[in-house]
Amino acid sequence: MNARGPLGEWLAALRTADESPPTVPKFAVAARDALGDTQLRRNLRTATATMSRLRVTAAGELDDWAELRAAGQAIKDHTLLNLDTYLEELERSVTEAGGMVHWARDADDACAIVTGLVAATGQAEVVKVKSMVGQEIGLNDALEAAGIRPYETELAELIVQLGADRSTHSLLPAIHRSRAEIRELFLRELPDPPADLGDEPAQLAAAARGYLRDVFRTAKVAISGANFAVADTGTLVVLEAEGNGRMSVTLPETLITVIGIEKVVPTWSDLEVFLQLLPRSSVGERMTPYVSTWTGVAPGDGPRAFHLVLLDNGRTNALADEVGRAALRCIRCSACLDVCPVYERTGGAAYGPVHPGPIGAILTPQLRGPESPHDASLPYASTLCGACADVCPVRIDIPRILVHLRGKVIESRRRRPVPTPEMAMMRSVAWTLGDGGRYEAALRQTTRWARLVARGGRIQRLPGLFGKWTDARDLPAPPKESFRVRWQHRAGLPVRRGALGAPGGPRMGRLRRSSG
Amino acid sequence: MRVGLFITCFNDALFPGTGEAVVTLLERLGHEVAFDPAQTCCGQLHWTTGYHREAAGLARRFAEVCTGLLSENDLVVTPSASCAAMVRQAYPQLVPDLAGASDTPDAADPDAWHENVYELSEFLVDVLGVTDVGAYFPHRVTYHPTCHSLRALGLGDRPLRLLRAVKGLDLVELPGADECCGFGGTFAMKNADVSVAIVADKIRHIRATTADVVCAVDNSCLTHIGGALSRLRSGVRVMHLAEILAETR
Repeated sequence: MNARGPLGEWLAALRTADESPPTVPKFAVAARDALGDTQLRRNLRTATATMSRLRVTAAGELDDWAELRAAGQAIKDHTLLNLDTYLEELERSVTEAGGMVHWARDADDACAIVTGLVAATGQAEVVKVKSMVGQEIGLNDALEAAGIRPYETELAELIVQLGADRSTHSLLPAIHRSRAEIRELFLRELPDPPADLGDEPAQLAAAARGYLRDVFRTAKVAISGANFAVADTGTLVVLEAEGNGRMSVTLPETLITVIGIEKVVPTWSDLEVFLQLLPRSSVGERMTPYVSTWTGVAPGDGPRAFHLVLLDNGRTNALADEVGRAALRCIRCSACLDVCPVYERTGGAAYGPVHPGPIGAILTPQLRGPESPHDASLPYASTLCGACADVCPVRIDIPRILVHLRGKVIESRRRRPVPTPEMAMMRSVAWTLGDGGRYEAALRQTTRWARLVARGGRIQRLPGLFGKWTDARDLPAPPKESFRVRWQHRAGLPVRRGALGAPGGPRMGRLRRSSG
Repeated sequence: MRVGLFITCFNDALFPGTGEAVVTLLERLGHEVAFDPAQTCCGQLHWTTGYHREAAGLARRFAEVCTGLLSENDLVVTPSASCAAMVRQAYPQLVPDLAGASDTPDAADPDAWHENVYELSEFLVDVLGVTDVGAYFPHRVTYHPTCHSLRALGLGDRPLRLLRAVKGLDLVELPGADECCGFGGTFAMKNADVSVAIVADKIRHIRATTADVVCAVDNSCLTHIGGALSRLRSGVRVMHLAEILAETR
């Protein structure tokens, strides 16, 4: 079939749609499983409430919290606007300190560099420090495909890995698992679990520790992310609670660190701001138990080889967007997840494999482009309640960026040969609202129709998109007379069809009602 | 004072009683109210759903009506925190030539026309300096601070101060009051399951107060909360703040 012209384009569009089914369903569909998962809902409710409470207390301890947030925003904004300078400075200082810097355009590029570096050591096993960017680029899958076995060393990441599971929370990846489930998982998956393993947190941690000690003893290569990279000294910084991160960055012979290019800060003194903002915002603590820093390599101390992989993977696209670039300030504290009414009920899986929660809803579509149905649905996975913006330690106005990205999603849909039903409806609503006469005619007709389908003052079933409302909620029947009609009665004016607000019609507002 | 009324399309069609209550209340307080029926919609629905071209058209139209109202009145008042926030905070992004663009609300120009659009409780408490409006409402009431009133406009306890001064009113604190009701405009339909999961908890908290009336400053959120309460035949009703403040003995 060789149809040309608009029909051909239309058929081609249909074929394309058929050939590339979405791999991840859109948010509303992906969220359904989580909404029905009782254990997940309970764990999330408890964990997010606890984290939020701790964060409020920790932030409240500092008199200059507002100034710290403003400083965090200012440092990040300055760095992002001069990113080229600071990245080159970072490359120079890391190289001078004996490290090697690699530049990765995208996820595939980064995975190829990392697997290549591991392969060059001749090792088939690596220990991993919990890293969001590793998750973003699908590093574990790439390592396994190259015959390299990655060992997650953070307890929660280990639980996720052993269960072939998906992370639910940026900081607490296994929050959806109960203690009993973790115990069963350990008994099934650990090579030599204690026979009398109970489900107390201390027993579970001890079992994991016993297993990981053996891993650390033999590991020759480690892969980490980092929270910050200091440009002028070439220093990498990781904050963590367990000490497994520190063992990973000190014991092996080769250390490979993968970071997004937005992780750079100009100087050590800038860390002063972030080392206060991050622990208090993330875990509600004054300081995390372990703050590890390393600069290149030092003879006789720590790894003998250090590689730093600087990853773009869409970040420069986000940087080019004047509104959207604020998302790159994010320091991955996850405070926005803990206050989000949507996240609290869906957990992280529905947000897809990259970043969960409100920050994920603005980062993922920018890093990957809003082309897939799933990524296009992410900016809509929010009520715009604004709780996230209130807690963000670097003052990212997440609701503003969500609305901005919704605009981009709609703009990309305008290019389709056939408008979506929603677009047809929204255009016709805008056309109706764009003129007083049309608005009033529609108001009268809709009111009459709505009153016909109402029973006892309630509308309980509506067709199409509106059926999503009435599936679980009533809608009040509109009163017979709108406000404008009632106003006219009060003003003692005759009601004429189409007279109100019609172009060239009488400007009723100029008639003033006085009191008394 | 001469007050121009921004009724909002939602109230015009579904809650004309709220508009009448605003008129009754303001006239009782000795002010003149003017209404221009040329007004339709401020464009919020299209703006938040991503139809920014259409939203800009509606915003331009509303700006014309609103500046007209402002030319003949001291200020404009609306019984909707979200529509007030739309005009004051989104217009500078949406139609910067009509509403001076500023990246931070702190830097907003107080003389700009859109800064003269007030939400009702702001007008009463900040401009008129009243909290006791002479209302009488002998019922058990709980107050839900809507997200736009709480976080966008920062109304704080202004609506609560107005409610506390109402004679006969038994005000009960709502647990988890700060949390969103799950409405979110088209979110309520695009993510209907999550939206309902959120409002289910809001309903649980409302029922725990044993209040007979849920009050807020946005009828859109009240339609969501009230729609769920109605489906459950809870017997709890929703009322806009203006309707309670308009009630007298």
